[in-house]
Amino acid sequence: MIVTPGWYMALGAVLFVIGMAGILLRRNALVMFMSVELMLNAVNLTFVAAGRELRIIEGQISVLFVMVVAAAEVVVGLAIIVAVFRRRGTASVDALAELRG
Amino acid sequence: MSADFLISLVLLFPLVGTVLLFAFGRRLGEPLAGVVGTLSVAGAFVAALIGSADFFTGTGTAETVRWFSWLPALGVDFELRWDALSSLMALVVTGVGGLIHLYSIGYMHGDARFPRFFAYLNLFVTSMLVLVLANGFAVMFIGWELVGLSSYLLISFWFERDSAAAAGKKAFVVNRVGDVGFIVALMLVFSSFGTLSFDGVLDTAPSVLSPGMATAIALLLLVGAVGKSAQLPLFVWLPDAMEGPTPVSALIHAATMVTAGVYLVARTAVIFEMAPAAAATVGIVGAATALFAATIALAQSDIKRVLAYSTISQLGFMFLAVGAAAHVAGMFHLMTHAFFKALLFLGAGAVIHGMSGEQDMARMGGLRKAMPVTFAVMAVGWLAIAGIPPLSGFWSKDEILASVFGLGGLWTVLWAMGMLAALLTALYMTRMMWRTFFGAPRWAEGVHPHDPPMSMRIPLIVLTVLSVVGGLINTPWRLGLEHFLAPVFAAVRLTHPPEGSTLLVLAAVAVGVAVAGIAAGIARYRTEHAEETGVWHTLGRGYFVDDVYGQVFARTGKLGAAWLAFRFDARGIDRLVEGTGSLTRRAGLLLRPLQTGFVRSYSAGIVLGAVALLAWFLVRGGVL
Repeated sequence: MIVTPGWYMALGAVLFVIGMAGILLRRNALVMFMSVELMLNAVNLTFVAAGRELRIIEGQISVLFVMVVAAAEVVVGLAIIVAVFRRRGTASVDALAELRG
Repeated sequence: MSADFLISLVLLFPLVGTVLLFAFGRRLGEPLAGVVGTLSVAGAFVAALIGSADFFTGTGTAETVRWFSWLPALGVDFELRWDALSSLMALVVTGVGGLIHLYSIGYMHGDARFPRFFAYLNLFVTSMLVLVLANGFAVMFIGWELVGLSSYLLISFWFERDSAAAAGKKAFVVNRVGDVGFIVALMLVFSSFGTLSFDGVLDTAPSVLSPGMATAIALLLLVGAVGKSAQLPLFVWLPDAMEGPTPVSALIHAATMVTAGVYLVARTAVIFEMAPAAAATVGIVGAATALFAATIALAQSDIKRVLAYSTISQLGFMFLAVGAAAHVAGMFHLMTHAFFKALLFLGAGAVIHGMSGEQDMARMGGLRKAMPVTFAVMAVGWLAIAGIPPLSGFWSKDEILASVFGLGGLWTVLWAMGMLAALLTALYMTRMMWRTFFGAPRWAEGVHPHDPPMSMRIPLIVLTVLSVVGGLINTPWRLGLEHFLAPVFAAVRLTHPPEGSTLLVLAAVAVGVAVAGIAAGIARYRTEHAEETGVWHTLGRGYFVDDVYGQVFARTGKLGAAWLAFRFDARGIDRLVEGTGSLTRRAGLLLRPLQTGFVRSYSAGIVLGAVALLAWFLVRGGVL
């Protein structure tokens, strides 16, 4: 069986939906965070696959950008989660509903 | 020192003085601020004197000094024009203005805002110099407006008094009415000539302007001149301007501001020559104002208000002159009037100063012995304005009236009005002199009249000398001023007084009228209780013009303002603003349930949005 780019696309879509489901359904901030990472990497996968198929370098360059931004985001996000956990003793996002209108 | 720099100095001296006084006035204090102010104007006078030396010998040529390019898009440069006319005005402004500065050092002694007063005074002189030295309507307009501003500041200098604050506002607002005419005239000039520079406008006017356009521009310029020079019907601000300190009145009335209108007409003589109807209007306005104001002056009880109406009346003579194209006579009277009116005002200031602030002639009388110096100088001013030869007023007034008479036709009527005004001038000035200096003292208790201190006395004496000899620069035998100004009016057909025996008869009539006026005045006011009731009341209130204006314009204005404030603003604009606020509030109330505070619902929203976008793209792309 030859692995065509379509497979990569399909895998990316699956991973993306898993991540999205995690965001929508889970309450633990840490898990939601990991889900975000999953979604980002699903997109990265499609970028690389498409870039290879089209013989252009931009796909991989975009991925590098995404990785850098994701790394920065992780630093900030984790710090926030740790701070919230220390203060509240929970990482459940439902407990953080102060901005309800 | 180059000529350009010398001419610039005329304006730079007071300008620097103004800046210094505004910046460091308080630190300079009294009397140093006054000294700085006086010296800056005196410096300008010296510069103007040196700069105009060539004009006196008849070898001078008109020059322009370019300072900078102001509005390149309209081709407007900030340029000074130095010719016989502007140098004459600059000499009068700085000369008389300098004397008034010197006088103010004594007069304003002890005032809490002494330095500020001199800053304003210097600003006034600077503004007037910008006005007269401008080489174009645009720069002249700056001076025109600055003069309005500084008069406002000075008239309401003692703003603690409500009447002074109101008088300042009145002067400003009435001046604005005239300014509208001036601005529209500027627009017409620009649309006709494509430039606002005097060089371009005055040289090419005869070939560019149609008679209709010339009349329109001339009439609009007249509106501006009428406002600034306090002629009918915009004269109402000048009597109220008496609320300012007396030196201010002298400055406004003699050296600056009110002469601007006469100067404007003389400067644009070419345009007025092309519009005989407009020129005749100038003459009619002048003659009517001269007569009208003279009658009002007859019945004033405040010494300064007599002089104020007298100024309006004398300005009427000047308008009559420039309307009749007797521009030299008009400028001549402007100059002699500057001398004797400054003298009279500063003399009146000395009286008020000596009487501890009393201005009502009903509480004066008999000051002749208490204030001999003041009496002597005032007497010279009185005879000069009444037109007794050989004092200055006689020569200039006679030249105006003779020139007007020589034109014949309608002008004969205006001449008769002028003669009548001259008679009344002699009468009301005699009345003022007698009520102030003769008879038994009617002073309030605790008033000890005394002659003014030296700093006030010197300007009075200098002005007295000028009032005596000032007329000799342009007598029928030696036309000094005529030759001096000739290059400026080279392109204009000037009106000259008739020659020979006619002139002698006219002069004799003028002297007769003056003597008759004085004699009538003495006869009437020699006795203590000259009845002044009935028609005097109407005259004293200035024919109720002020009251009518108050009812018609001020009242409607106030009603309109009240409607705008309490109806249009409170119920219209405010409701609109409040409506915007409550709309936002209601929209917020409606939408706030969307903000659940749960991250999940937000991300669901993002996902839904993304799906919707994706679907839209797919549909548009024809995939779905």
